[in-house]
Amino acid sequence: MRRRPIFLATLTWAYVIWSLVPVLVAIQFSFNDGKSRSAWQGFSTQWYFGGSGSVAEDPSLRLALVNSLILAVLTTLVATPLGVAMALGLARWKGRTSRVANGLMLLPLATPEIVMGSALYLVFTNLYLFVPLGLPAQVLGHVTFSVSYVVVIVRSRLASIGQDYEDAARDLGCSRLQALRLILLPLLAPAVFAGAMIVFASSMDDFVISAFLSPDASSATVPIKLYTAVRNAPTPALNALATLLVAGSALALILAWLVLRRRTGTKALEEMASF
Amino acid sequence: MTRRGRTGLWAALAAPGTLWIVALFAVPFYAVAAVAFGYTDPVFNSPVPEWDPRYWDFTAFNEIVRRSVSGDLRPVFLRTLLYVLLALAVCMLVGYPVAYYLARHAGRRRGLLLALILTPWWVNYITRMLAWLNLLQDDGYVNDLLLLTRLVDEPVRWLSGNPVTVVLALVYGYIPFFIVPLFSSLDRIDERLLEAARDLGCSGRTAFWHVTLPLSRSGLMTAGAVTALPMFGDYYTNTLVSGSPTTTMVANQIEFYLLGGNRKELGASLVLLMSALLMVLMAYYLVASRRAEEVAA
Repeated sequence: MRRRPIFLATLTWAYVIWSLVPVLVAIQFSFNDGKSRSAWQGFSTQWYFGGSGSVAEDPSLRLALVNSLILAVLTTLVATPLGVAMALGLARWKGRTSRVANGLMLLPLATPEIVMGSALYLVFTNLYLFVPLGLPAQVLGHVTFSVSYVVVIVRSRLASIGQDYEDAARDLGCSRLQALRLILLPLLAPAVFAGAMIVFASSMDDFVISAFLSPDASSATVPIKLYTAVRNAPTPALNALATLLVAGSALALILAWLVLRRRTGTKALEEMASF
Repeated sequence: MTRRGRTGLWAALAAPGTLWIVALFAVPFYAVAAVAFGYTDPVFNSPVPEWDPRYWDFTAFNEIVRRSVSGDLRPVFLRTLLYVLLALAVCMLVGYPVAYYLARHAGRRRGLLLALILTPWWVNYITRMLAWLNLLQDDGYVNDLLLLTRLVDEPVRWLSGNPVTVVLALVYGYIPFFIVPLFSSLDRIDERLLEAARDLGCSGRTAFWHVTLPLSRSGLMTAGAVTALPMFGDYYTNTLVSGSPTTTMVANQIEFYLLGGNRKELGASLVLLMSALLMVLMAYYLVASRRAEEVAA
């Protein structure tokens, strides 16, 4: 019989505590009834709304939140259809060009963000001068790193669906396009939704690409705002802003997980873990 | 239907995404080269990109290479390498046991534990660093605890150029990316192989060294590549928890040259040099993730 691995269990739970407690403390201080971020003075929501300097009242904090949301929504709207089409195309289209496109699609996943951020910054300031830095450049940049996520998720679902349903539809007289619209897309819907949510969350969380493509404070997103504000007199409003960001991406990912789970059981978590 | 007609639809579906990646990934990378190998405008004293490879000028790039091999950038490269290797070592010492426990022994708590281990992924990176900034203040909880337990006599100055803080912050930031791929490779190991090892007289420990560890090698390599790549490109962790020139990493220099001043050709050269050095890791990651996808399919 195997012994109970007490040492491993302790280490694992200690790791979980170490990884989560600091964040929980930071969230706790967003509800502090005072200006301190290290001494608890009672519960209050004044840093979210109401109080001066709260997320709702401070224009720069509100702007950051709005910027992040707009950026994430636009990125999701562009990257999802682009990625779904690309996944379908690459899965069924065989040939040398397709193999090259496949390799190209994976490259953004392996490239360190600073390399991609620098490259996008230099191309927008030297070649694509018609794209101004700020929101337009940020959307283009975010779509570039998110398309690959959608492709990978949709393609793995496509592989598990297989070709049979499509062939059956074709035998029954569907055109290729009809089979795609009536059979394949409905079957892919959960994966498409999960992909969209993952894109939304990763766009909200991105710092490097947004920062390289943000010329001034008017296009600061929440992570940029957190990064710059922490050095000058931070208040618990910053923690409140961070908490809202975490809540936003957590919501998106939980939705993705719920939809994936309906189809694939508990494996969904592990599937999502591969990102 | 002709062969062309059959592939036409699929090629048309793949085309927009492919063109997007060419225009916004491949071309930008070329722009880095054009700026790095460009020339300096004599009137405005500002860098001008050179798009035609026949006229590329390697002065700036050579300067960066020289400074990296024997000049002021040499310690920066060595420090980056040292920090990343140390952080990877800690990731492995902590991450391997955690991934192993999760894959082998977690039992009915497995789902819960996996969810908890994945939670940091939902939490924005900068937020997680801010959380530590609170705790590591001179009068923060960490120093309170250390003073209370008499481990130190006076508060440790964590946040002013302390390399230990930088390495631990890197570990904290990236260890989830290490644990998860390792977990999925440990999880795939066939339990029967271990039973066979035991039946043939291996002790638990020998079975681990001779069966589990070798079988998890590729997972370990992937985990290492996935973690090391963003660590090499990280400048914000360093700025947040140290901000001191004594802990500067390569990515800090890139940010400095590209966003800080008008020597963009030096920043671009540094990006090229770093990408060249990281190419092996990136290639490994690509091949590994390709293989993983084929196994899954």
